[in-house]
Amino acid sequence: MGRIEKVFAEGKNPAFIGFTVAGDPDKTTCIRIARALIAGGTDILELGIPFSDPVADGPAIQKADERALGAGTTPSSVFEIVREIRKESDVPIVFLTYYNIVYRRGIDRFYREAHDAGVDGILIADMPVEESGEACNAAQRYCIDPVFLISQTTSDTRIGTIAAEARGYLYLVAVLGVTGVRNQVSEGAIDLLERVRRHTSLPLAIGFGISTPLQAQTCIRAGADGIIVGSALVEIVERNLNNPAAMEQELKDYVSAMKNAIVMSHPV
Amino acid sequence: MTRRGRYGKYGGQYVSETLMGALIDLESAYAQAATDPEFARVLAGYQAEYAGRETPLTFCPNASDKLGCKIYLKREDLVHGGSHKLNNTLGQALLAKQMGKKRLIAETGAGQHGVATAIVGAALGMPVDVYMGEVDTQRQALNVFRMELMGARVIPVRSGTRTLKDAINEALRDWVANVRDTYYLIGSVVGPHPYPLIVRNFQSIIGREAREQIMRKEGRLPDAVVACVGGGSNAIGIFYPFLADDVELIGVEAGGEGIETGRHSATLCAGDAGVLHGTLSYLLQDEHGQVLPTHSISAGLDYPGVGPEHAMLRDSRRVTYAAVNDPEVLDAFRFLSKTEGIIPALESAHAVAYVMENAERFDKDDIVIINLSGRGDKDVSEVAAMKGLS
Repeated sequence: MGRIEKVFAEGKNPAFIGFTVAGDPDKTTCIRIARALIAGGTDILELGIPFSDPVADGPAIQKADERALGAGTTPSSVFEIVREIRKESDVPIVFLTYYNIVYRRGIDRFYREAHDAGVDGILIADMPVEESGEACNAAQRYCIDPVFLISQTTSDTRIGTIAAEARGYLYLVAVLGVTGVRNQVSEGAIDLLERVRRHTSLPLAIGFGISTPLQAQTCIRAGADGIIVGSALVEIVERNLNNPAAMEQELKDYVSAMKNAIVMSHPV
Repeated sequence: MTRRGRYGKYGGQYVSETLMGALIDLESAYAQAATDPEFARVLAGYQAEYAGRETPLTFCPNASDKLGCKIYLKREDLVHGGSHKLNNTLGQALLAKQMGKKRLIAETGAGQHGVATAIVGAALGMPVDVYMGEVDTQRQALNVFRMELMGARVIPVRSGTRTLKDAINEALRDWVANVRDTYYLIGSVVGPHPYPLIVRNFQSIIGREAREQIMRKEGRLPDAVVACVGGGSNAIGIFYPFLADDVELIGVEAGGEGIETGRHSATLCAGDAGVLHGTLSYLLQDEHGQVLPTHSISAGLDYPGVGPEHAMLRDSRRVTYAAVNDPEVLDAFRFLSKTEGIIPALESAHAVAYVMENAERFDKDDIVIINLSGRGDKDVSEVAAMKGLS
């Protein structure tokens, strides 16, 4: 059983999936951030590989990408970060990035290097299932789960096509829009959970705009198997750039609180 | 072109899942409109009565004398709004209206596409939001005023390089958030399928007219057709109807301060394959796939990508792509103004500059058509500020 599969195995609590930008604000601090997220109870660690033009992301993650690129982050240094984390943790690691980063390195090479470093899944934000043939083949060759987005605008037919290609979990986009903290979970997100569930038995994780324990509980009660938080974590990093110790503490406390809320709301 | 909007290996649809439904809808709405005689009739009416088509193919006796070949200008500068951009915005706005969309958004570099979108928004009664890099709002302030005068809202973009690339990023972010009722009116042959196809088809009226006009005037096809290339819409518009002919096609990119300096926008001359803004094409990027900052004296060419069909035409060598630098562009801007009384847009001046630099390649009876994609009024104050008018 793969690391991601274990997280969602029968009888497990719903997952807290935490996102941070690899190399933000620099390599050493990023590794400390990953440790803090794991210590707080993160079940799956999503690492964003920064891109100069992150069109699916809102301002918080855009700024984190700029900080990471400013610190000299490259795919090679991101693989090094993964290897460092792997020395001390078995937490599943999923890359989130944009097509050009993967394409430029060579699709086969990128997946091979990711596998060798200890990556479990890869989601490419601007790669719809129609363009995913080469990447999915490489993913299969190197035992990496291809993770896909499903949105409120995804038709039932497309949900079926995507679910057939996806492995690990499906990433449901809770809002129409880019990443970033929002006040409420929309009714559309709840409908989406119910609609996707009819098509697949893959675990359903939901993200975009989710940042509070209450929002997480709403999604878990509606049937989500995991909650993905990105911008809220990145904002904690941004607020504490001058004080890494406080940053680590706040990240750890935040993840613990979210994880508790998720476990408590679990119907089982 | 094959399935999913491929031009050779280029093109495709590299967008986030939220936009796929909208692209699929657009593809089917366009397929319907493209074969609908009523759509064609309405569009032709706007082109003739509102946009001022057909545009002249002007013979330039003075420039021909000086350059030693027969120079014709395809006068897209005379289209309402001052550039070829209205050819595309009229078509797409009518399509948007037919699809029941309530709002238009657009990106703009030089402001010409923003102006052309503001025009159709006013004419067809649709609200318009235009994203424009903050740097460009300053160097093209006149166009900002024109857009606002016609009721569009201009949103300055302060992220990234604050030019056209970032304006497209912000327009895409807006579209993702408002995809159900908003139509993204892309201004060039870039972006995900079906945009490169739609924009090329609406712009190829330029080449169809030019081909007929030169046959009428000269009784034969031209020896060369020259156009500037940023995203590449005016170039593909004039090239496309000549692709099957024995006519040399030359696309001129912005060499900026010189390709060797790194401060340029010559994507096809100096870039390589990559994905930006939903399409696989040539791209100016670093070794890790990060998109590089670009430079051009003309805001409309200041873009690190290029249309995927141009990428295919480069690889097949059907079209020759070259670059000219800022100083030669300024010379061409002055040359055409003084010799013919026609002030070209700095973008179009790149095509003029290429012919000036390569005049010895042409014989005196050779016919060269330059696509004068826009007029230069918008650039006069910027050029004056550079003390380039003398």
